[in-house]
Amino acid sequence: MRFGIAVFPGTWSERDCAHAVALAGGESTYLWHQDCDLRGIDCVILPGGFAHGDYLRAGAIARFAPLMEAVVAFANQGGLVLGICNGFQILCEAGLLPGALLRNESLQFRCQPTHLLVERARSPFLEGAAEGSRLEIPISHGEGRYYADEETLRQLNDSNRVAFRYCSPLGDVGPAHNPNGSLENIAGIVNEAGNVLGMMPHPERACEPLLGSSDGLALFTALVGGSPRLPG
Amino acid sequence: MTAPTDRELREIALSREEYERAIELLGRRPNSLELGMLGAMWSEHCSYKTSKRLLRTLPSGGGAVVQGPGENAGVIDLGGSLLCCFKIESHNHPSAIEPVQGAATGVGGILRDVFAMGARPVALLDAIRFGALSDGLQRHRFARVVEGVGFYGNCIGVPTVGGETYFDQAYSGNCLVNAMCVGLATPGELVRAVAQGPGNPVLLVGADTGRDGIHGATFASVQLDEDAAERRPAVQVGNPFLEKCLMEACLELCSRQALVGLQDCGAAGLTSSLAEMAHRGGLGIELDVAMVARREQGMSPYEVMLSESQERMVMVVESGRVPEVQAVFERWQLRSDVIGRVIEEPVLRILDRSQEVAHLPLDVLVEGFLERRPEARRPDGLEDRMGHDPLAAEPAWDLREAWLHVLSSPNCGDPSWVFRQYDHQVGDDTVAGPGLDAAVLRLKDRAFGLALTVDGAHRCAGLDPRRGTEMAVAEGLRNLATVGAEPLALTNCLNFGDPDQPEVMWQLEEAVAGLAGAAKDLGLPVVSGNVSLYNDYQGEGIPPTPVIGMVGRVDVLGPPLGFGFKHPGDRIVLIGDLGTALAGSEYQRLQQGALDGPVPDLDLAAEAAAATAVQALVRTGLVSSAHDLSMGGLAVALAECCVRNGLGATVDLALPACPAERPGLHHGALFGEDPGRYLLSVPEERLAELARTCRLQGVEWRDLGAVGGDSIRLSGLVEISCAEAGAALSGAIAGRMDRF
Repeated sequence: MRFGIAVFPGTWSERDCAHAVALAGGESTYLWHQDCDLRGIDCVILPGGFAHGDYLRAGAIARFAPLMEAVVAFANQGGLVLGICNGFQILCEAGLLPGALLRNESLQFRCQPTHLLVERARSPFLEGAAEGSRLEIPISHGEGRYYADEETLRQLNDSNRVAFRYCSPLGDVGPAHNPNGSLENIAGIVNEAGNVLGMMPHPERACEPLLGSSDGLALFTALVGGSPRLPG
Repeated sequence: MTAPTDRELREIALSREEYERAIELLGRRPNSLELGMLGAMWSEHCSYKTSKRLLRTLPSGGGAVVQGPGENAGVIDLGGSLLCCFKIESHNHPSAIEPVQGAATGVGGILRDVFAMGARPVALLDAIRFGALSDGLQRHRFARVVEGVGFYGNCIGVPTVGGETYFDQAYSGNCLVNAMCVGLATPGELVRAVAQGPGNPVLLVGADTGRDGIHGATFASVQLDEDAAERRPAVQVGNPFLEKCLMEACLELCSRQALVGLQDCGAAGLTSSLAEMAHRGGLGIELDVAMVARREQGMSPYEVMLSESQERMVMVVESGRVPEVQAVFERWQLRSDVIGRVIEEPVLRILDRSQEVAHLPLDVLVEGFLERRPEARRPDGLEDRMGHDPLAAEPAWDLREAWLHVLSSPNCGDPSWVFRQYDHQVGDDTVAGPGLDAAVLRLKDRAFGLALTVDGAHRCAGLDPRRGTEMAVAEGLRNLATVGAEPLALTNCLNFGDPDQPEVMWQLEEAVAGLAGAAKDLGLPVVSGNVSLYNDYQGEGIPPTPVIGMVGRVDVLGPPLGFGFKHPGDRIVLIGDLGTALAGSEYQRLQQGALDGPVPDLDLAAEAAAATAVQALVRTGLVSSAHDLSMGGLAVALAECCVRNGLGATVDLALPACPAERPGLHHGALFGEDPGRYLLSVPEERLAELARTCRLQGVEWRDLGAVGGDSIRLSGLVEISCAEAGAALSGAIAGRMDRF
């Protein structure tokens, strides 16, 4: 399983993602934003950062990168795409996922641990994370408040496309456990086919007990074919 | 060319005497461009003309030192072919006037200092000080400075892993914003800020040059006043996105060893960066300002040479490698322009479309300034103030009231309101982040890790700047010990008032003597630093505030122990003795405002022995938790240890009743800020081993009691519930900042 990790000017978690992929037993290569060729990789990761400075709107410029044309085509053919944080914002701007990520309700940047309730979504990324289990994965963003219109939200719920919701350590999905004001505590969603996952929390930062949590590793090992231990 | 008026000289912060000296050294009158360049280079900010002779007394060499002061940042050898490059710097004046951008560009500047050495920045720390949070302006400044620090660090992707926040009336007019950056490099990647090889081209890379920040260096070298807001145009605007690209491009070139020299373009812009590079190489540089890409039209050579536009670097490259270098910048969509070349003659020669407009010998520009020796005088009345015994006064608050007051102080409370706004994890190396005694970073592919801390002077520095500075060094040592780290080296930021006031000059001399002494005694080199003077507002100076950044090495890496008590039944051990030192304590500050009493005793040898013992106890996993005692003394440390995991404690201090002449004795024991102390928790069956380790180092310890229950009980004295203590700590900052 080879991962291609996108690098835009301003991307900063490409090396963290490569490290996580290696921990999961996979291989990775970097994909430069001006390239049009995905070089035969099996899964694209759009990592965190401030692609193109997030000027205008987070992800609004990055979506026009030549690389993104290739990523959209790849995703439309069923290719696996994981967007983390800024990557999720880019996926929404590129139309691969519905909705938008707005400024946090607090109007402040937030870097803190969060707990995620794994929902019923079907996606190869979630093979290692059972429905109802909880993952401890940190967030780090200023614009992570998930927003979509009512109709979109209804569709997401009806078709089981919400992947994660922010929750308490025990799984309570209430407003007290919502770090950024996301609608319905949504932390991550998948597309209809399940091959595209966007999430604001950073699973690549939760792959080792030394760093506080290894709950994020399951997302990467699910693809590599390992048998991650289910947390929670 | 007529002589400049007093007003014109004031504009560039040159005295009449300095102007006369320039004429004497040059053998002619400088033209206005040359005068502006001299003013910037001879400013306190660039020349250190007041502090240089003092800084020479700091120990800066030693086994592990690869690069001491004099370059963009200091470098030490961590072993295993890995170098650690670090420095701390202030951005106080700009932050007082335009907090978001002032703080942001402070972070941007210190990052450039580190990657200018070829090191990849891996961590930031901040030390920030403001007036009381009851004042709306101070809340605004605090909130916006935090926003600015976060904005730059978060966007560029370097984690802010630690820091210190302090509030006191004395910083109301002039806040302090110090930022420290730590980077890593292999020996081959290291590059110096030096011009070599006559004929080699000089490139300016990164941002275009605009009119922003002109006179920034001179502005940093005078007092703030009511009109300071008018100097807002002297504050630059940061672009972390551009700097991220600039950093990646520079580091790529350093790892290819494609550069002869690399220098940050910071204070005094091109003038300072080119002059310093050329002077270090014993050569000269000729440049044509017409080659400098500008952000706006009609800029004069003066504006180009003194612009402090951010996110620019200057580099010297071998002629043959220019295309390779430019290709890297092009890939990162950045400008890289050849603006001049290295020349044999040791001068800075400025052309404007091939016409010479300035010609200044580098020894005049870089070293021609007059070293200043303002009068230093110990303030009167210190003996009287220090002779007063704070324990002799009847306490105005009973122990319980006092405890709650101290816990609710923003200086003792939970700082997470600050650091949750900082990305402290990017890079995937943060083992222990902000909010703990010291930050710990693992190093991928290395068995050891790095420990980092930044600590400001103890408040007793107002009475005894020497002791207050030594106390900051000692606190750094303790913070590193609690994570099992061995200290390696220091950096320092000396924040003081107006050195032309004899009392301030005395403070500076004493503080540097304290730093030099402590560093020598502990065997820690001071590899880099920064001096920030004129921290005055309307004639009122800040208290002497040296800030010490310390780097240590952790040989046994594991999940952080932390300071929270973990197991009911564990014994609670105090390393060191019960406190008595209320002078300068947070309790004294809150209770009476004024600072008086005998300053805390400090025995650096004992401090080092205690640190060695605690390091060993942490490293071997003997103890369950470790915390150093600092602000708020035993009472705050104990509450923090309990609140962290919601586990109470029952403690017996075995204090005698207060004698009639010292009714404050119990307050001293709880709130005294004597150095050399730690609070540990340890399983009862391992107490004997702990005793052995302490005996080996000749360190005193006492068993205070046991972990357990849901309240913090000091037998026979006072008791509060963990919930009450927790609410006080967590609301101390967040509760005052709920509208931000």
